[in-house]
Amino acid sequence: MIMDKREKESGNHRNSPDTAIYTQPTPLTGAETVWATLVGEGVRDVFGYPGGAILPVYDALRKFPVRHILVRHEQGSAHMADGYARASGRVGVAMATSGPGATNLVTGIATAMLDSIPMVCITGQVSSKVLGTDAFQEVDITGITLPITKHNFLVRRTEDIAPALREAFRIAQSGRPGPVLVDITKDAQQNSAIFDFAAAAPQPYRPHPMLSADSTSIREALELLRTAKRPVILAGQGILHSGAMEQVRALAERAQIPVACTLLGLTAFPASHPLNLGMMGMHGESWVNHAIQQADLLIACGMRFDDRVTGSLSTYAPNAKKIHIEIDPAEINKNVRADVGLIGDLREILETMLPRLPGRDGAAWLHAISAMKGDAAVHDIQHLPDNGHLYAAHVINDIWRVTKGEAIVVTDVGQHQMWEAQYYKHDRPRSLITSGGLGTMGFALPAAIGAKVACPEKEVWVIAGDGGFQMTSPELATIVQEQLKINIAIVNNGYLGMVRQWQEKFYDKNYEGTPLLSPDFVKLADAHGIQGTHVRHRAEVISAVETARRHPGTFLIDFHVEQEDSVYPMIAPGAALHEMIRRPKQNPLVETATED
Amino acid sequence: MLHTFVALVEDKTGLLARVTSLFRRLNVNIISLTVGGTETAGVSRTTIVAEAAEERAPRIMASLYKLEGVLDVDDVGRHSAVIRELAMLKIAADQSTRSDLFQLAEVFRARIVDLAPESMMMEITGSASKIEGLVQILLQGNYRILEMARTGRMAMRRGHHASRVLEALGDTSPRIDPKTLSGTLKREAPDLLEDENHA
Repeated sequence: MIMDKREKESGNHRNSPDTAIYTQPTPLTGAETVWATLVGEGVRDVFGYPGGAILPVYDALRKFPVRHILVRHEQGSAHMADGYARASGRVGVAMATSGPGATNLVTGIATAMLDSIPMVCITGQVSSKVLGTDAFQEVDITGITLPITKHNFLVRRTEDIAPALREAFRIAQSGRPGPVLVDITKDAQQNSAIFDFAAAAPQPYRPHPMLSADSTSIREALELLRTAKRPVILAGQGILHSGAMEQVRALAERAQIPVACTLLGLTAFPASHPLNLGMMGMHGESWVNHAIQQADLLIACGMRFDDRVTGSLSTYAPNAKKIHIEIDPAEINKNVRADVGLIGDLREILETMLPRLPGRDGAAWLHAISAMKGDAAVHDIQHLPDNGHLYAAHVINDIWRVTKGEAIVVTDVGQHQMWEAQYYKHDRPRSLITSGGLGTMGFALPAAIGAKVACPEKEVWVIAGDGGFQMTSPELATIVQEQLKINIAIVNNGYLGMVRQWQEKFYDKNYEGTPLLSPDFVKLADAHGIQGTHVRHRAEVISAVETARRHPGTFLIDFHVEQEDSVYPMIAPGAALHEMIRRPKQNPLVETATED
Repeated sequence: MLHTFVALVEDKTGLLARVTSLFRRLNVNIISLTVGGTETAGVSRTTIVAEAAEERAPRIMASLYKLEGVLDVDDVGRHSAVIRELAMLKIAADQSTRSDLFQLAEVFRARIVDLAPESMMMEITGSASKIEGLVQILLQGNYRILEMARTGRMAMRRGHHASRVLEALGDTSPRIDPKTLSGTLKREAPDLLEDENHA
């Protein structure tokens, strides 16, 4: 039937699938059903960690053409599945055993939930006979993950495995994507049932009647567009999910509307496009935020007005009408009241609107924004004299230049994440992978592994801080075992930098708990058999980056950057979007202007 | 303000926990919650009364819709609806007080459903204010309420409104065209039962 001898080729046992099990109902064990269903759903890679309650599933793995990547901590498996999904758009799959294996997934699931990432987590559960008895390694993981999954299943019977898994894939990808967890009892894995892939097909996704942008609303939106003098498009991650890159671009170009991006929307609109203003929000450039504050119309595309992009809500874009195009009706009017809410798939809605788009002359408004850039425009940091200091901005900008902006960059969370957003210009969709909503430190290294597995042909860079990198650094061993080529840049400033920056600005420089001792990361890499180098001077950056790229295996660069550098501009929490803390004059990276 | 949401949900283990967990997550207090069967097998009807600012209702509804297994949601408080609650009261009563309580029950259209030497049980159906009216009278009359159980609100829209989802599920019972109905259906139609007797 589906049996094959175990092939031991480079830790990767890809067998040719027996397609017969998909055409005629076949008796399979629950464990085999798990893999057969995954393969049927198009899964080729699974990130996991075995244990007692999931062992039957692992035992059946050798019969199926699935690559299993053994992680070092289950949190890593969830982040890898997440990075896999973000890089490829396909559903990422993580696997863990019951109890602690399952609870270790939680941070990764919440990360995917907050950023709407399609992911399926499969956990083993104790036998159904002992469910609810506090058996060894029993934990109520469906209860625990209830608020951080789009949906979850507890499967107690073998015949329910395939329908639950197939529905999990449908739920993870449909509408607003998100993580789904399927918890399968050990006896359900061990018992046998007829596997009927076709019969296990889920109900097709039926958008709720609320999910319809009616013609009246679309007419109203077009009317607002026609009369707007100072419109701005707010580009969010929903553009990537919907695949509406072309449509948003057409909207911007035809109506001459400038585009501001959220952090997760940075790759949804080319950075080099003349209409792209850059990132909005807490660490957005001043002209972007000023443009939003002065706008008379905001066209929000697949974004959710997070507090990090609005600043104080009471002063947010006070003169602007808002068109909110969003697939999740629960986001309309949540933070910012929409004058026109268009609920549905962004691409479909824009395709309806584009043929009827009124022509408009946007020159005056674009000119006004350019004038705002004026003194605020960052000096080209590449032309600043070397003053003996190494700044993270240099490092990131150099990585951008050397990689020609074509790498997938996976960041951790903190200062380096914001500098990445400012100094690495992304022209390609899905080329920045970062934890936006939950802000999960430790995300970068495992997510980069997921991205590399999903896109082996792409160059993948990790940019992480010294703090976050230590949270998940054991995954270096995963990289070696899986023979992956990833370039790792650690922006090492000896502090939990973003927290230190807040202490500097809002807590009288009381650096409590932020000075950070780290191991020698190059030696740590070496202990894993990974090559690396230290960089302390600006002149060494480019050659180190080139060395890393040339090296056939994974390469780690520990950049020892300026310790007390801060990310500018910055909006204090609760302040208005236009009340930015601008770059100080003495900062050599900056423009000359200071106030407003 | 008080909202009365009616959610039709699949009758499956754990769905109620998903619904209540959502309210906890949104930091909205549930005042009352009733769950029971419907005209469709496998579909449960939950009526949730919750305290929240008026403008939050659409987001609560949309969030309910997002839960897998929730088939339809209605905010019946925004429409003309019949809202009922059932209460059972066990009142200390002996021969001397019994007849007064019988009278009171008649005024409130309550029913005596159990009689014991030292107590009686009343069953009353109506709006919350009607039930509270009875309780108030009892307490003012120095009666001792030994036990009280209330179901919380149940609600149903007036007229021929019906769930779109149930229609999609194959409910083909004949309906009057809503257009011809709108003229005859008064939005604020009086609650007949309510007007009959309010002590």
